[in-house]
Amino acid sequence: MREIKLPAGEKVMRELHVGDVVAVTGVMMTARDAAHKYMVEQPAAEVAEVLREGMIYHCGPVVRKNDDGSWSFVAAGPTTSIREEPYQATVMKKYTVRGVIGKGGMEKKTLDACRELGAVYLSAVGGLATILARSVKRVLTVHKLEEFGVPEAMWVIEVEKFPAVVTMDSHGRSIHDEVLAASQKEYERLVFGR
Amino acid sequence: MGLHLADRFEELIRRASTVLPPDVERKLKEAAAAEGDTPAGATLRQMLDNANQASVGSTPICQDTGTPIFYVDYGPDYRQKQISDAIKAAAAAATARYYLRPNAVHPLTGKNSGNNVGDGFPYIHFHERDEPGLKVRLMLKGGGSENVGAQYRLPDSKLKAGRDLDGIRRCVIDAVFQAQGKGCAPGAIGVGVGGDRGSSFVESKEQLFRPLDDKNPDATLAELEGRLYKELNELGIGPMGFGGKTTVLGVKIGLRHRVPASYFVAVSYVCWAYRRATMTVKGEEVSYA
Repeated sequence: MREIKLPAGEKVMRELHVGDVVAVTGVMMTARDAAHKYMVEQPAAEVAEVLREGMIYHCGPVVRKNDDGSWSFVAAGPTTSIREEPYQATVMKKYTVRGVIGKGGMEKKTLDACRELGAVYLSAVGGLATILARSVKRVLTVHKLEEFGVPEAMWVIEVEKFPAVVTMDSHGRSIHDEVLAASQKEYERLVFGR
Repeated sequence: MGLHLADRFEELIRRASTVLPPDVERKLKEAAAAEGDTPAGATLRQMLDNANQASVGSTPICQDTGTPIFYVDYGPDYRQKQISDAIKAAAAAATARYYLRPNAVHPLTGKNSGNNVGDGFPYIHFHERDEPGLKVRLMLKGGGSENVGAQYRLPDSKLKAGRDLDGIRRCVIDAVFQAQGKGCAPGAIGVGVGGDRGSSFVESKEQLFRPLDDKNPDATLAELEGRLYKELNELGIGPMGFGGKTTVLGVKIGLRHRVPASYFVAVSYVCWAYRRATMTVKGEEVSYA
């Protein structure tokens, strides 16, 4: 287990390889479909600082509003990342994002952006909502809550020892591609007998 | 009585969202033991730990509390409108208590209704019966797993799949292979064969209400389910697609008569956070399972 403190520079990210189990500590931001479209199409100056040398978490959380007006994450597992493939590389380069956390993996454009930028894609375990919500220590602020709704809003959160696995690294490797290739062989045997 | 009934539905929703069914938990434990000290095993143990914490703290197992799908069998002492009003009230109340995430989004405006009530949301199937009382089955089906479902029209030249058992088998393997880890593997697979475009998918979802360890009463289908369970796990996709021996937890297949021209195979995938619960009401007595 390796601890990653945010903000993290290119050097730290280049040291990471697929299969590395990490614990992330620091400030990150949730973003899913509406947020990615927004970050690509607009200047989104309000999120630039938290994203610089930071991480994006693909997550649509369940959030509780406390009596004092603050927010708490109740359930916060990762959502499927592939929906952001058309936007992700642009967002990473535009805001110098060093890591993307989600589930299911992403494709070539994002893998190329990881290599170019010195960034990684990390997988959190899908459905690990309660455990991951507990690693969110504080909600610092939220952007576009009214317009996007709770799941799609951009929540700026402080996390402590958030567990994840590097599944795409800055050296061009992707566990998702490797498992796909291995399972393809079994698939062809089972379906076509070859 | 309306409010009373809504409270009962809210409790059904709470249980479905926060407690993993015992058959699913048992299967995940067996899988964790079989995977041993590997990333696959560690992932399965995290899933079990998460389910345990969710149950203790009454928080959602997964933040995607899904599409609420209700199957309601009701007797002469109930009316459909009374039940659907109570379900809507319960969905709103369960959202306010954070058992459900606000999940009903307008397709054109993108506006979230904020309370899980919208057009056709929650989704309710009604069946009238002679026996008094209610039997309600609820599944909370996550969007990630719903997105990897697939429908095939046989014959399929790409899969070399004909209108027979082996054709069905090829479709199911293809769907699970295409899904990789994206449906939050290890999932359970519901298959609906025959029917039309709509009813084959309905059948595939209804299959997912069967316990994982039951046996299909049709011997031919039971054999195919067993074969597919073994073969799908040979794909090696593993928990979350990280690789491993556990790709699916079970395969359930049902049939519907079809018109001569059509032959559909619909495959529904449900994630490892396989949330389903049942409520039975007889007079004033309520029980949950």
